[in-house]
Amino acid sequence: MEKDTKAFQRIYTKLFQLTKATVSLQATGIGNEELAIVDGRLAQVVKIMEDIVTLQVFAGTEGIANDAEVIFTGKAPTLKVGEGLAGRFFNAYGEPMDGGEIMGEEREIGGPSVNPVRRMQPSEFIATGIAGIDLNNALVTGQKIPFFADPDQPYNQVMAMVALRAQADKIILGGVGLTNDDYLYFKRVFDDAGALDRIVGFINTTENPPVERLLVPDMALSAAEYYAAEKNEKVLVLLTDLTLYADALSIVSNRMDQIPSKDSMPGSLYSDLARLYEKAVQFPDGGSITIIAVTTLSSGDITHAIPDNTGYITEGQLFLRKDSDIGKVIVDPFRSLSRLKQLVIGKKTREDHPQVMNAAVRLYADAANAKTKLENGFDLTDYDERTLDFAKAYSEKLLAIDVNVEVDVMLETAYELFAKHFTPVEVGLKKEFVEKYWKEN
Amino acid sequence: MSTIGKVTGIIANLVIVEADERVAQNEICFIKHEGTRLMAEVIKIMGRKVYVQVFESTRGLKVGSEVEFAGHMLEVTLGPGLLSKNFDGLQNDLDKMTGIFLKRGEYTEALENDKEYEFEPLAKKDDIVKAGDWLGQVKENWIDHKIMVPFTFEGEYKVKSVSGKGTYKINDTMAVLTDADGKEHKVTMVQKWPVKVPIKAYTEKPRPFKVLETGVRVFDTLNPIAEGGTGFIPGPFGSGKTVLQHALSKQAEADLVVIAACGERANEVVEIFTEFPELDDPRTGRKLMERTTIIANTSNMPVAAREASVYTAMTIAEYYRSMGLKVMLLADSTSRWAQALREMSNRMEELPGPDGFPMDLPAIISNFYSRAGFVYLNNGETGSITFIGTVSPAGGNLKEPVTESTKKAARCFYALSQQRADSKRYPAIDPIESYSKYLEYPEIVEYLNKNNGENWTTNVFFIKDALLRSKETYEQINILGDDGVPLDYHTTYWKGEVVDFVISQQDAFDKIDCRSSFDRQRYMLEKVVDVLKIEFKFDSFEEVNPYFKKVINQFKQMNYSEFESDEFKKNEKELENIIQERKVA
Repeated sequence: MEKDTKAFQRIYTKLFQLTKATVSLQATGIGNEELAIVDGRLAQVVKIMEDIVTLQVFAGTEGIANDAEVIFTGKAPTLKVGEGLAGRFFNAYGEPMDGGEIMGEEREIGGPSVNPVRRMQPSEFIATGIAGIDLNNALVTGQKIPFFADPDQPYNQVMAMVALRAQADKIILGGVGLTNDDYLYFKRVFDDAGALDRIVGFINTTENPPVERLLVPDMALSAAEYYAAEKNEKVLVLLTDLTLYADALSIVSNRMDQIPSKDSMPGSLYSDLARLYEKAVQFPDGGSITIIAVTTLSSGDITHAIPDNTGYITEGQLFLRKDSDIGKVIVDPFRSLSRLKQLVIGKKTREDHPQVMNAAVRLYADAANAKTKLENGFDLTDYDERTLDFAKAYSEKLLAIDVNVEVDVMLETAYELFAKHFTPVEVGLKKEFVEKYWKEN
Repeated sequence: MSTIGKVTGIIANLVIVEADERVAQNEICFIKHEGTRLMAEVIKIMGRKVYVQVFESTRGLKVGSEVEFAGHMLEVTLGPGLLSKNFDGLQNDLDKMTGIFLKRGEYTEALENDKEYEFEPLAKKDDIVKAGDWLGQVKENWIDHKIMVPFTFEGEYKVKSVSGKGTYKINDTMAVLTDADGKEHKVTMVQKWPVKVPIKAYTEKPRPFKVLETGVRVFDTLNPIAEGGTGFIPGPFGSGKTVLQHALSKQAEADLVVIAACGERANEVVEIFTEFPELDDPRTGRKLMERTTIIANTSNMPVAAREASVYTAMTIAEYYRSMGLKVMLLADSTSRWAQALREMSNRMEELPGPDGFPMDLPAIISNFYSRAGFVYLNNGETGSITFIGTVSPAGGNLKEPVTESTKKAARCFYALSQQRADSKRYPAIDPIESYSKYLEYPEIVEYLNKNNGENWTTNVFFIKDALLRSKETYEQINILGDDGVPLDYHTTYWKGEVVDFVISQQDAFDKIDCRSSFDRQRYMLEKVVDVLKIEFKFDSFEEVNPYFKKVINQFKQMNYSEFESDEFKKNEKELENIIQERKVA
């Protein structure tokens, strides 16, 4: 049944088992996780038992006959890396979507992890201009952080905005089950900004088979490692939407007859997601990989296995919320958290940054309490009224995602709002900061 | 001659090996692959088929690859030089590895073979010794590292010779022992021990009867952990587990600290690598790193080695306990370890227990916790391992298998609450939900009252009651409204808040408040109890809130000032004045 084509390459034509996603055949000398072409479709070895090899066909097995041609490539999934990557968009297999070839060195994707003792502590502030992020949840190079958002929220727009303002040397977009519209949106926004030469995209849209998606984050991160580890560049990786990645994992594990754990997700979900997110790193030679991802929620439920496992892996999370008082989307100051902000705020930014941040959030919390009081029919005190006024202005001038200013301006704005609504004692800043920065009306 | 086998099947990191000769459960083997040797552990034997879990990626591995069985279980190397090291889960020295990325199949020596140590003999010729007995000691950082009769030695031995005072390398022969049959055994500074077997070179393991000072009030005052005790910290993400563990590792009154970073974020380990070599250990005046050993198996490192990492850490802790030291072992997080067990159990197609975890999960967990403890060594000296593990419950729900199994095994329960974290009440340990079983031990109560004053435990239970009553009253006020309850409901509520703000809460980022000695805790506890017992006069409920806020604020100023300093006394004086304002004479 087999004949030699090229050296080391044999063609098999006898499949004895076909399922929705896998095919099995008799073959020898095959490596684990090796790629093969089954009837022209890409497949990967997922199981070897004696001389029986099981392949997962990324695009599904519809229409494959039991005499289909199977060619083993002798290698794990790879990406060709080189200068030619920049400005191009690729499919999940790392092939340019506009055709043509990429010149470069072939790298296995999903490679080894960085030795923890060789990592540097992240310490460089990423300015995005969005006060809900810079002021309250400052991002740091080498950090990994997702947006937790409901599907109807404009997370892709915010992410594109962050990416363009973040002054990264390269932006790598990993589109995991992106709608075609959103893909075109990203492309247009980057093009309009004249940033296409800094962008590399790996795109799997909803039009492509779901299992293919599993390759996209690894492709994106391998390209990121090339730029960050070898070219010492600051790389920002955008992965949207990793909930769909996890869904694809559960499809595969289901077809492999694995026992599901919480929410029908595979038991290895934590490790699978950590393997991706932990590629975020600050290298000693200046290069860094920062990951901003999207995890879509089902009506805000963060106890679902996907956001839950993600929360344990990432260094914080950003929540978007529509503020009905001002009719705009804001970065929720209560539920959002950047675990690494302490490494930069007040150090790389102005000294009073942490205090101003905390004071504003505390006053905003007082406003939330006042609101509850109001809803429950209790009377409001003068202080309550003032917190409500403050909260509205704070939302409008700082939390809204359309704000785009420098951190110093954010701090000045905060002082203006403080002075307008409160006395220095009510705000409770350190005395030296009040003397230095407080703005009397 | 070691057994040789051949790979016949591969599913992710589960590999099936065919072997004809002797193979033991949990035996280590090496799979040859493209010039490297991949380490693996036997987890099941079915006739000639041996199931092994590989500690590395199996990408590219082929059927037919040769497998060499090592003839022993997973072992660690024990000897001088373990302190200050950063190991991976298999005890490879991460600093010795080359390159930025970890290489598959790269294994390093755990210790420095060429480093010289000053040796001082403790045993003499003709002494009768057994496993764990001290033959001599060398200086490792500031501790006297004991050179012991290897734990694998069974029965009694007679010392034939011990090296004299001098400088030696770890593989030099330090003593020669003669067994009952007259056979001679050479002893070096190094020995090996299988990680999954507890080291039992002690005579007795009594109930813990001392309290370990951690400097964290919500532990020491409210729910103390015994020296040699066990505790666990479950909590949802973002509730402050890591900050708390770091605080414990920095401040606990232990001789040394072993940290197993098990399946957690790499940047958190980097924080320890970066900070600990800089931070001073207030007890010794040396750097914190000198009393710390880190076993780092971060979440992106191979899953099978994650399971090994907690055992490696425990074995190192047991080794130092045998030297008569107070060891603190921290594991963050034991849930990741349980998940590693689940992944393997799943691939072996075992019938699953709750949430897909293996059926024997509770047994595995309680077995592990039972390795901690306070012990009397053969020579009458004492040593201890105090173990605190964190648990990361899925969705923050404490009714999941890992939390429940751990609750059965650990004696202290420190529940991190999302609600407290959201309202920035740190450490976010719920003072009411949490418990320490040790407070029920008469010997612990006696110890506490002897060391912290005879009223200590009475006071502790008094403030616990105050917290509980405050919570109940708060619920009443919420239902009936501020003016719908008697005035004293408000004072009861606020008195509980005083306990919460002054004792339960603590600023881990403030250089004074972060660490509170037992002396200081006793002083503050008495102060708080005094205030709680005072009757205050208010005309309306509106006066209660601002007044107690003032009291709390003044108490906090005390917490922020150096104990017994002028500033501390000034703040205390100010507090007295505030109290006099409304005290009913």
